Amino acid sequence: MKRISVTVNGVRHEADVEPRTLLVHFIREQLELTGTNVGCDTSSCGACTILMDGQSAKSCTVLAVQADGAEVTTVEGLASNGDWHPVQKAFHENHGLQCGFCTPGMMMAAVGYLDENPSPSEDEVRLALEGNLCRCTGYHNIVKAVLAAADDMGS
Amino acid sequence: MIPASFDYERASSLDEALSLLAAGGEDARPLAGGHSLLPLMRLRLARPSLLVDIGGIDELRGVRDDGDSVTIGALTTHHEVAGAAALTGGSGLIAKVAEGIGDPQVRHRGTLGGSVAHADPASDLPAALLALDAEVTLAGPGGTRSVAAADFFVGPFMSAADDGEIVTGVRVPKREGWGSAYQKFQRRAQDWAIVGVAAVVNWTDSGIAGAAIGLTNMGGTPLRAHAVEAALTGTSEKAQILAAVSKVSELETPPADENASSEYRLHLAQVLIARAVAEAAGCPGMQR
Repeated sequence: MKRISVTVNGVRHEADVEPRTLLVHFIREQLELTGTNVGCDTSSCGACTILMDGQSAKSCTVLAVQADGAEVTTVEGLASNGDWHPVQKAFHENHGLQCGFCTPGMMMAAVGYLDENPSPSEDEVRLALEGNLCRCTGYHNIVKAVLAAADDMGS
Repeated sequence: MIPASFDYERASSLDEALSLLAAGGEDARPLAGGHSLLPLMRLRLARPSLLVDIGGIDELRGVRDDGDSVTIGALTTHHEVAGAAALTGGSGLIAKVAEGIGDPQVRHRGTLGGSVAHADPASDLPAALLALDAEVTLAGPGGTRSVAAADFFVGPFMSAADDGEIVTGVRVPKREGWGSAYQKFQRRAQDWAIVGVAAVVNWTDSGIAGAAIGLTNMGGTPLRAHAVEAALTGTSEKAQILAAVSKVSELETPPADENASSEYRLHLAQVLIARAVAEAAGCPGMQR
């Protein structure tokens, strides 16, 4: 076992983990934050996307020990004081989901991307979300939601 | 899938990493971003006994402008490489390739050194390093050395790096004034290239004065299309270029798999070389 210290959604967690524990399993099973989903389990689908030190990452392809010392944000960390993050609000208002399974990963990828590029074009949003798959093929409203969030955050 | 058990140590310096690897024996492996190694471990296709995490070694990170060449540290992520201002001229090829690897999440974590050390014949960076006559730098118990990209990739997932050695970076000649392009064909977004073509071209008023072509997934290692390069030199018209790209058939027969027959790969290579050369030359008359 290895002792790690990870700050998740602003809260510091000290924990003992097996080196082979994947970050997504640490988040879901040890911290019981189950908003982060496991989809394809092969770094393709993006359902497990979180922010690691501010950048989007697929938590199924990171070892928990690699996150020692890192700041992690999961979908549970987006809202603050009961107010939704603009990206959450925009997904709600634009119906940026169908079954909802890919939604946490989509939103985390979007939050990471809008931090990098606050006023993207539609094409740029589509490219920025290429690492996130929606099995319902609901991409149109997802892209609309990210553009609406960008507008909201810029104004 | 969860990887088989392994020991894990985090190194805070290159020297410490080398000692840990030496002590760990032949089944010890360095871990950087883990975006090539962890997927293999999860499929149990790789079962290292010890991972030495080199991800926190700052001396292996960053892009340095050395005048006529650029040195890229092994831990520099694809995202950082894609945005590196020092990669000008022909060396801009490396940034273009990095920008197209995987997806944003993969580019945030995956590293140049990891991708190079992995030596996957279907990965994009090796062909680009080959086309630019780049050098791979290594550190090991016996000191440091550099190996030409042409000698580094020796087979599928096999490189000239010895057990206990760590890829510390690459040195890429800038080739100021040369243009570059990377064209890859894939069936779906994020797929490995069925064929990829890395081209650097020195386009002058009288046509192509020099060209270097690296090929992805046309063999067990990245390949240089030397016959095509020679045939391209001195050409300036589209018809001449199309004739030159047919020389790719002089290469050893490319592999066949569920995505493409050998004949199809050869066809793709010709189409993609022509496109890459036209793009790298930046000459509108040569575009399709």
